[in-house]
This record gives sequence, structure tokens and C-alpha cells, in this order.
Amino acid sequence: MGSEQVRAFPNVITPNNPVLFNEDVCSGCNVCVDVCVMDIFLPNPEAGRPPIILYPEECYYDGLCVKNCPLWQRGAIKLNHPLNQRVRWKRKATGEHFRLGMPNPPPPNTRPPVGGWDARAF
Amino acid sequence: MRYEDLISEQAPAWPYPVSYGKETEVGCDVLVLGGGIAGCWAAIGAARKGAKVVMVEKGVTETSGAGGSGVDHWHAACTNPASKVTPEEFAQAVIEENNGWRSGISQYITCRESYDCLLELEKLGVKVRDSEDEFKGADFRDEGSKLLFAYDYNARYCIRLWGANVKPALYRECQRLGVTIFNHAMVTSLLNEGGEQGARVVGATAVNTRTGEYYVFRGKASILCMFLPQREWIFSTELKGLYTSHRPHTSTGDGHAMAWRAGAQLAGLERSRRAGGGPYGYPQYGVANTANTWYACTLVDANGKEIPWVDRDGRILETVAERYQPAPGQEFFISDMSRNYKYKGPTLIPDWRERVQNGEFALPIYADIPSLPEHERRALWGLMIAQEGRTLVPIYWTYGRAGFDPEKDMLQYYEGGWGGVGLQQWRDSADTGGLVVDWDLRTSLEGLYAAGGQIFASGDHAYAAATGRYAGRKAAAYALSAREAAVDRRQVEAEKTRVYAPVAVQGGIHWKELNAGACRIMQDYCGELKSEEMLQIGLKWFDELEAGEAATAYARNPHELARLLEVFNIITNGRMILEACRARKASNPFLGFTRSDYPEIDPPEWNKWVTIRLNDGSVKAGDLPLDYYGDLKTSYEAHCGLQE
Repeated sequence: MGSEQVRAFPNVITPNNPVLFNEDVCSGCNVCVDVCVMDIFLPNPEAGRPPIILYPEECYYDGLCVKNCPLWQRGAIKLNHPLNQRVRWKRKATGEHFRLGMPNPPPPNTRPPVGGWDARAF
Repeated sequence: MRYEDLISEQAPAWPYPVSYGKETEVGCDVLVLGGGIAGCWAAIGAARKGAKVVMVEKGVTETSGAGGSGVDHWHAACTNPASKVTPEEFAQAVIEENNGWRSGISQYITCRESYDCLLELEKLGVKVRDSEDEFKGADFRDEGSKLLFAYDYNARYCIRLWGANVKPALYRECQRLGVTIFNHAMVTSLLNEGGEQGARVVGATAVNTRTGEYYVFRGKASILCMFLPQREWIFSTELKGLYTSHRPHTSTGDGHAMAWRAGAQLAGLERSRRAGGGPYGYPQYGVANTANTWYACTLVDANGKEIPWVDRDGRILETVAERYQPAPGQEFFISDMSRNYKYKGPTLIPDWRERVQNGEFALPIYADIPSLPEHERRALWGLMIAQEGRTLVPIYWTYGRAGFDPEKDMLQYYEGGWGGVGLQQWRDSADTGGLVVDWDLRTSLEGLYAAGGQIFASGDHAYAAATGRYAGRKAAAYALSAREAAVDRRQVEAEKTRVYAPVAVQGGIHWKELNAGACRIMQDYCGELKSEEMLQIGLKWFDELEAGEAATAYARNPHELARLLEVFNIITNGRMILEACRARKASNPFLGFTRSDYPEIDPPEWNKWVTIRLNDGSVKAGDLPLDYYGDLKTSYEAHCGLQE
């Protein structure tokens, strides 16, 4: 401790982390960069790596970067609601209280929507 | 010295080649400005008529617009086989429900054509029927067509659909039809013939939000398809980013501002409403409530005690099924929020908040989704929440991964819902202000058409689709016989000077601070109580802001330039709204409009639209009868351009 140089930074922009990339899964294809309506990403100068979130506070949280990612179901990219947006709920039968993003969450509910994750007429 | 000056040499290079001012000129028959729902349908409508179509979109056509991430309700689908309401009845009902403050033109076009648009979407691959019979036997299912309905299960005019893929489907169809699409291109101005305000619109200019390139588009006809102004009264990115109002924040009223500068006539701009506390709200559709997508969910208190639902007469409804039925003697209902008794649907007992205060119900309140009948629960969470815009990933997927299970869990209710509770001076422009159109959806300017949220007093997704498609074919019909469009070079150059000025500015103010400053003028001088003096002072401060801080605003790359040009439009729209407010010299609760110097409520002589436009640079106010559109059916059939 203390051996690394302590640096001067301004406060970070809030919210600053609207999406989370998993570097092990993300292929750096930049589809998310190209579908973002607000154009918040900067393609990573290093090919194959996840983009840099250049304008995090312009995020519109529509999740289309995730939905259009070819690897989203494998966890390449996740939407990350800011702390003040993490809603709460109560389990009816047990009275337990939960919230989005809690450290020890209940098991995931993986039931797909009606018609599946990519519902189409044909 | 600012911190950013210190690190500027180390900042990464802009990833796209920048060529400010480099000009590309493109000509076409029909120029579609804005690539959202209305824009895509307009492009499709015009291309099918054989027009050469160019579409220009600030974001990304495949995903952008107010309906970019999906839609769960298809409104005014009166011509579907199960509907018990005719287009005439429904259009009249919505106009009455709005006390006449509704564009009969876009309303009736939608009632006639919205279901046809839905059938076309189905052909493009969008799922609109319960073909797997998951909802077989549900009250809201038509067994013949397998369509699912919302709200009034008896009248069946509003269809539930799997709408998350609407935008990609429309985008592919535009491509298939040969529409030339410019993405990341922000339209900055309309071009008038001879450069003269009020003359025929012959094209538009745009700037690329990645490269800074300049475009000059020539179109024999243009269709404005942008949306209602946002970020006018409320702007903060600190708590939840730009996700602070119901509408997308790329919608900065660019279309309104450029139409105003081009001399087009607008109406309804004086209307506003208390907006809730956008920055303090929750994820949209992502907390317990009972409206729209969540209609008609059960709410319970902390002890599991249910808050009763009542019909329009206050009769307690014992079952969930009754919440979707009209009251005894009522033909059909429109919504729980209807202000007109005739069309008012079931609601939570109106004094439930007072009952909370009195201790009858204990906080916190929850949505008791587990108690809903299976079909309703699955439709609410698995269909509507999943397929509504901004919900498939942000709510359905994200909450599910965090363990939320609608069969077991009760999502918490927060006062104000996802909008939060705002101050009286935090307003939004309601859904009313926009371009005046005729039965061709032509604006007051030759060559300029409008669709979707660009039309005054119009509706939502299905309205954007129906009016877009209609405007597309009408603009094409005009363009195919119109003379060539020649742009005025002086107008192009003047716009170029305006657009690129911030690139040369060093220091000064950043777009975010300027946006928040413009909002302050609106909050302080165009809030709940208005008067000539307040409005004039507001205009003075806009003059001062434009000559002062706005002139020192800087942009360090094309992205910042586009955001700043948006704020310039926000300032223009602010002025426009102040002028419209000055022109209405009476108060009107329906318009959320209170003049302290004209306190008389609804005097009959003011029961009319107030219009404004620029003429030779000065503001001209005028008016239109509320029902200026005439007989709906006859007028529609004379103009719709469909060979039936």
C-alpha cells in the first residue's frame, strides 16, 4: 500500500457505468457502437476489445446495445441501472425484501417473454 | 486553467475522420427528415408510389425514435375484425375526450389506417397474433383472429402486440424499397425556394454527428417526421443520465425549430403540463402502477390489503375481469385517465391517497402481480413489459436476472411512478404543439408535409405509423408532378456559418450548462402562472442568452456540436412557446394554461387554436377553429389517395 502514485482526478461523471462489458466474452465487434441512438461509445483503439463509454451520462437506457449484441445471452454486455434506479420488491409468500443489484440476490428468473426473446411473426 | 486543458493532449483521438464543412449535395423526389416510426412509414409510403426517397436520421434508423425499442399497444385499430367501434365513433370519442383539443385529421387517418399498418408490419415479420394459443380462452383474445386486446375487452379497438422488433422490420423494408438512408446526420435547417421565409420548401441541410460533414439535400417534397420538443423545462443528467422523461432525449424539437425558422404555421404550443420529476423518477414502466402497459394491475398495501377499483360511477368492482369492461350503460371506455365521464374507464378508487394519509392503507404500496389471473399476469409482464419500448432488456431481462418473478413478487409502488413528483414550474410540452396540416398532411408551406409527433395535437406510435404512411403517399404524389427544386446558395452558406461557429470557439460554455440555463428561463418565466410581463421578460432573457453565453458555446468534436445544435433548437423552441403563450389571452385548464392577467377560464371566444408563424422575421399570431378539419369521413375520402 502507498507504493503506487496517488493521482489527481476530477469527480467522475454520474452515472458513469450504464453498461457493463465482460471482456472475456465480448468480441469487440462494435455492433453496440453502431446501434446506440445517443452514440455514447468510442470504438476501442485496440481491436477485439470492448468499446469505451465516452458519454455515459447521455445513456438513454433503452437496452438496444444489449439486445443487438450477438453475444448478449452469453453475458458480453449488460445494462447497469444507476444505484438510485434499482427498484425494490417484496416476495409475497415470505415477506422478504429484494432490490435490483443487491449483493446476495435470489436465484434468477430465466422465463423467456411470451413468444421468446426475439418474437417474430415467422 | 481547467483540468480538461491539462489532459487534452492525452485524450484519445476522435475515432472518425473529421471534415467540418465538406459538402455533399444529394437530390431526390421526397426527402424524409427523421427516421423514427413516422419517418420510416413516410419513406415506405413514398417509395411505394415510385418516388426516389432519401431519409435523414440523427441517430440510427434501425433503433432510433420514440418507438425505436418497441411498442406494446396498437391504438385506434378500429377496422380490425373484432372491433365494436367504428372509426367515426372512435375519432369523435377521442376528440370529445380532449374537449376538442385534438387534430381531427391525424385522429381520423389513424382510426382508418392504423390496423392496415399493423397488418403490413405482420407481413414484415412483426408478431401481432397469439398464434401459439398461449392465451386461448383469455377475456382479451379474439378466438377467430387470435388478436389480443387491451383496455376495453368488449370494444376491442386497441391491440396488444409483440412490438420489440418493429423498428428493425421497418428499416429492412426501407432498404428493400431502395430508400437512401443517411444515419448520424442531424438535420439543421429547411431550405426555402429563393431563400425566402415562407416560400416553398425545396430541401434541407444536415451535419454528420461523427464526421462533421455538411449535407445539402434537395427534395421536391419534404416530410418532417421529428418529435415533440424535450429538455425545454427540465434537464439534468446527474441521476439517471438523459433518461429523464418519457420521450427520447434525442427529441429536442429540431423539426419544430427548423419549421418555425422556415416560416411554417404551428399551433397548440402554449399547452403544457406539470411534468413530474424526470431526473428523480424510476426506470420507465419498471415500477408498480396501474396505467397504460400496467392497466389494470392490482395494488395492495404493506399488509396485503387491496386498494379497490371502481367504475366511473364509483361502484366497487369485485373482480379483476370487471376492470376491463365498460360501466352499465356505457358504450365503450377509452382509459382510466379519461377526463370525460362518457369515456372514463375503471380506476383505482379516486381518494386512495387520502385513505393512505388516514391510515386505511399502510405504506409501502405494491403491485400484487401474483394475485392477477394467469393470463393477465403473463400478458402484463411477459408480453407488454417485455415488448414495450425500453423494457425488454432494461426491465424484463434485467429484473429477471436479479431474481424478480412476477408469479411470486410484488414490485414496489413509488409516488409519481417512473416519472417522480415534480414541481409546478417543471413542465413539459404535453402532446399538443406542432405543425398545422391540411387533409394532405401538408403544412402551411408548399412542399412541406408532416407526420407523427410533428403534427399538432396528435397521438402515439400507431398515429405516427398511419400519418407517416399517408404523408408519404401524398408527398410523393405532389413530388412526382412538381417542378425541380433549386436551393438558394446564400441560405446554404448562412446556415453553414451558423452550424460551424461553435467549432472555432475556445473556452466559453459547454452544451449541458447551456441547456440547463435555457430550462431555467422556461421554469422561471413560462411556469404554472403566466402573464404578458413574465413572458416578455422570458423573451428578453432568451435574447440575452443567445447574444451572450450561447455565442460562446464550444464544440470539441462533431458529437458535441450536434448536442449543442440541439440546445440552440431548445432555445428557439423556448421562444416559440413564449410567443404562443403571449398569443392566448385567456386561461384554459385543459391546456394547463393559466394567465394571471387573463384569469377568465374558457371564454367562448378563445375556444380556438392559436397559431403562430414567422413572416419576414416577425411573429404573426393567428387562429383556427377547433374543428377546422371539417367532416372527418368526407374529407378523408376526398383526400386519402387510396383507390378503394
